[in-house]
Amino acid sequence: MKYMSEYRDPELAKKYLEEIKNTVSRPWSIMEVCGGQTHSLVKNGIIEMLPDKVTMIHGPGCPVCVTPLNLIDKAVYLAVEKGVILCSFGDMLRVPGSQKSLLEAKAEGADVRILYSPLEAVKIAEDNPHKEVVFFAVGFETTAPANALSVVHAHRRGVKNYSILASHVLVPPAIKAVIDDEESKIDGFLAAGHVCTIMGNTEYHPLSAAYKVPIVVTGFEPLDVLQGILMVIRQLEQSKSEVENQYARIVREEGNPDAQKVIDEVFEVRNQMWRGIGEIPESGYAVREKYADFDATKKYNVTIEEAPENPDCISGQIMKGIKKPFECSQFGKTCKPTNPLGAPMVSSEGACAAYYHFSGLVEA
Amino acid sequence: MCLAIPGKIKSIEIQYGGMVRMAKVSFGGITKEASLEMLPDADVDDYVLVHVGVAISKVNEEEAQKTFKYLEEIGELGELEDVDEYLPKSE
Repeated sequence: MKYMSEYRDPELAKKYLEEIKNTVSRPWSIMEVCGGQTHSLVKNGIIEMLPDKVTMIHGPGCPVCVTPLNLIDKAVYLAVEKGVILCSFGDMLRVPGSQKSLLEAKAEGADVRILYSPLEAVKIAEDNPHKEVVFFAVGFETTAPANALSVVHAHRRGVKNYSILASHVLVPPAIKAVIDDEESKIDGFLAAGHVCTIMGNTEYHPLSAAYKVPIVVTGFEPLDVLQGILMVIRQLEQSKSEVENQYARIVREEGNPDAQKVIDEVFEVRNQMWRGIGEIPESGYAVREKYADFDATKKYNVTIEEAPENPDCISGQIMKGIKKPFECSQFGKTCKPTNPLGAPMVSSEGACAAYYHFSGLVEA
Repeated sequence: MCLAIPGKIKSIEIQYGGMVRMAKVSFGGITKEASLEMLPDADVDDYVLVHVGVAISKVNEEEAQKTFKYLEEIGELGELEDVDEYLPKSE
């Protein structure tokens, strides 16, 4: 219980843990899909506090981690060879490409900028009319509306020198791919709360019914995650498979229709490559033809050969829940946040980085 | 980057000839701009959950303050401050 003092309400956390212990009668494996939840579970020591019968499996819930190597190479090429102002979120800059990361490209003189919001990139384009600005638009459904909105803003404001390199990933098809993978043995899922803030819960009902798995939409604070785990276990123990909403204070059944409208205006669903996992059908967003002028893939028509992944990195198995970070022979040795072999060690939401920083398995 | 942070709308400004509705949102001591495109009925003094510069959901005050305090405690608000040096200065 060494981390208990970090809880805002340790008494309530203890009650949840007690209730989980009293409810669970046999071993269950639960996957938390969201990287923020992985972070919360590891950082707060929840994994050690759970009964042995409950195994938490860390899912592919970090968009930075699953962005294909080839797209990072394209972003580096645009910044270095095409001389564009390349903008993205901070985590994305450190992810290794086949030759270098965007941060290394920046150190060598490319104009690479970290932004808080894609909307800032449109401003940068307006302020630099003689330069091309590309936003490397990664993210789950939570981030897709903001990325789409940047395109809508640029269009409305007549900005011609702005485009996005889109790498969006969608959660429900990923859950389906994980269940379909014969090596993954997951009994229930914690779905990502902020994704559902946008998309609502409706997409999960057919999944839960078809595969007979409980899916609980869950927030990311320690008490949220504990309550989500308890809700999944209660269902499993009663042989139920329903969609429940632990995060009802934020997530509405129908999600945010205005956000969905913006996504639909700019993007269409396509098959998407996931780094370490492979192609998942209908699991990404491409920019619609109507906005082709804002699609960096079409605007620059960059062809870069697919480079092989580092053979020592088992990030695919980690993101599908087949292996834990500490089961990797490179973990904490050749692979560290300062020198990551694969993306889950880069992003603060990656499973490997969470274990590296907070599990106590590595001497910092 | 998937984090969404609750803050309070201090003011609302219509920009670009009525095309863009932006709010100044206060997160503790830090004020940032956020688009209200996804929350057309959000108003001054409302609490909203902001993700990468876009308000995505309204939250009640008590919930917003609890979440904010928690994020502050676990040191997850750094991303609000760290990016300042990279941002274009707002007019």
